[in-house]
Amino acid sequence: MEQFLQQVASGLANGAIYACVALALVMIYVSTDHINFAQGEMAMFSTYISWQLMSWGVSFWIAFILAVVLSFVLGVVIERVILRPLHNAPVLSIVVVFIGLLAIFNSVAGAIWSYLIKEYPSPFPKSSFGIAGVIGPHQLGVVLVTLIVLGLLFAFFRYTPLGLAMRAAAQNPQMARLVGVRVDWMLALGWGLAAAVGAVAGIMVAHIVYLDPNMMGGILLYAFAGALVGGIGNPGGAVLGGFIVGVLENMVAFAGNQIEKASGIYIIGNGEKLTVALIIVIFVLTVRPAGIFGRVVVKRV
Amino acid sequence: MAALLEVKGLKAFYGQTQSLYDVGFEIETGGITTLLGANGAGKTTTLRAICNMVRREGLIRFDGKDIKNMPTEEVVRLRIAHVPEGRGTFTTLTVDENLRIAAYTRKDKAAVNRELERVFSYFPRLQERVQQQAGTLSGGEQQMLAIARALMLGPRLMLLDEPSFGLAPLIVVEIFRILRRINEEEKVSILLVEQNAALALDLADHAYVLETGHVVMSGPSAVIKNDENIRKSYLGY
Repeated sequence: MEQFLQQVASGLANGAIYACVALALVMIYVSTDHINFAQGEMAMFSTYISWQLMSWGVSFWIAFILAVVLSFVLGVVIERVILRPLHNAPVLSIVVVFIGLLAIFNSVAGAIWSYLIKEYPSPFPKSSFGIAGVIGPHQLGVVLVTLIVLGLLFAFFRYTPLGLAMRAAAQNPQMARLVGVRVDWMLALGWGLAAAVGAVAGIMVAHIVYLDPNMMGGILLYAFAGALVGGIGNPGGAVLGGFIVGVLENMVAFAGNQIEKASGIYIIGNGEKLTVALIIVIFVLTVRPAGIFGRVVVKRV
Repeated sequence: MAALLEVKGLKAFYGQTQSLYDVGFEIETGGITTLLGANGAGKTTTLRAICNMVRREGLIRFDGKDIKNMPTEEVVRLRIAHVPEGRGTFTTLTVDENLRIAAYTRKDKAAVNRELERVFSYFPRLQERVQQQAGTLSGGEQQMLAIARALMLGPRLMLLDEPSFGLAPLIVVEIFRILRRINEEEKVSILLVEQNAALALDLADHAYVLETGHVVMSGPSAVIKNDENIRKSYLGY
């Protein structure tokens, strides 16, 4: 039982990370209809920035905030400089640009900080955080931090005029222009926010997966699975989907271990977690492309 | 008196296709002008050209200022409110949000709330549905919402693209009565595009008739309305 609870808790912690990255993917998807394949590498880069700041003596939380703000700026700049000129380009060109960005961030990070795996500290005190036997201090911290960030984002989109303008621009760009919304800037802002949320995810997960230029590869896949499960056009659904995938992968591995213990036959275990995510992606795409919480968009022809 | 909106030698293009050739007209401050013509005559394109939503050439002057090179959102910020074809509802937002979006740059919350109250005085039906998702409104209500949203911009000129389209006759009468009130009480000048020529000529004081991208006829509504030749050959009733 204790083991089961631990698995759920660590699933929630992982799920929180996937939820953040899934939300970042969805934020860009709803306003541009594109999946930013470089989202994970951008988050990895942000995490290195925070690591660099800390190695210069900056404290964890200051480095966290600075890295998130810098990522926001970087996101805005990427949209304005690289994607803006392409806004009438065919989808494939944009996909190539995303893959290019992925490769660039990966190799630049490798060139600056080397491909050696680095340890990354946890800011949460071992003594006062976590519940013994159920959830570890870092896991609890990750869940709390991401919930706060997601809550802030929700409040921003729901209750501020700028958030409203961004939602309007994503839903009906032409009409948004007709009420004076500067739609181009809203897109850039969306990129900035996505990069910032990604940065939070990267910094939070680095203690668990260690810091290296390829740290986000698997996570991007899980996040994509989460976003699909929840509905790729639905931010709330994507967040929930992230958590679902996080818990589900642990449950599958846990069930596999139990079966192995009881019968001695190995069916599935920790090594197949990523496979589980991919199966989820394929399953959702074939059975319910709009996701659990998504709505099917019917286009009039 | 100088014209509020002056359009001269307007040409417009969709890709390689030219759809306006030589459109010119003027709108008096406080007046209601209508653009009439058959399908494809270029009425909608003319409105879209004013807001720089299509490639265009020619002179467009608003309040004496050349607005030729301004992007759509800046044209709107001069307080030209465009109620587009198809109503442009933000379907996933609430009625309240659909209205507030038009005032999102304004810092003074109390003033925005007063504005909302005033808009609701024209459209009490919207007030009843203020927290409802706008996509669930009826066609007539969505048309009212579109006009109400335009009103939230505090417009000096309102461009209306077929506000009667697809609506029941009773609703159309109600909406046109409200438009008349908005023109008189809010001092909003109106440029109205309509298929329903009889309706439009009743509301407007000036009319221009378009045919395949040219202005072929213009004059006071009363004159156009009573000229049987124009009516038969261009307006089809």
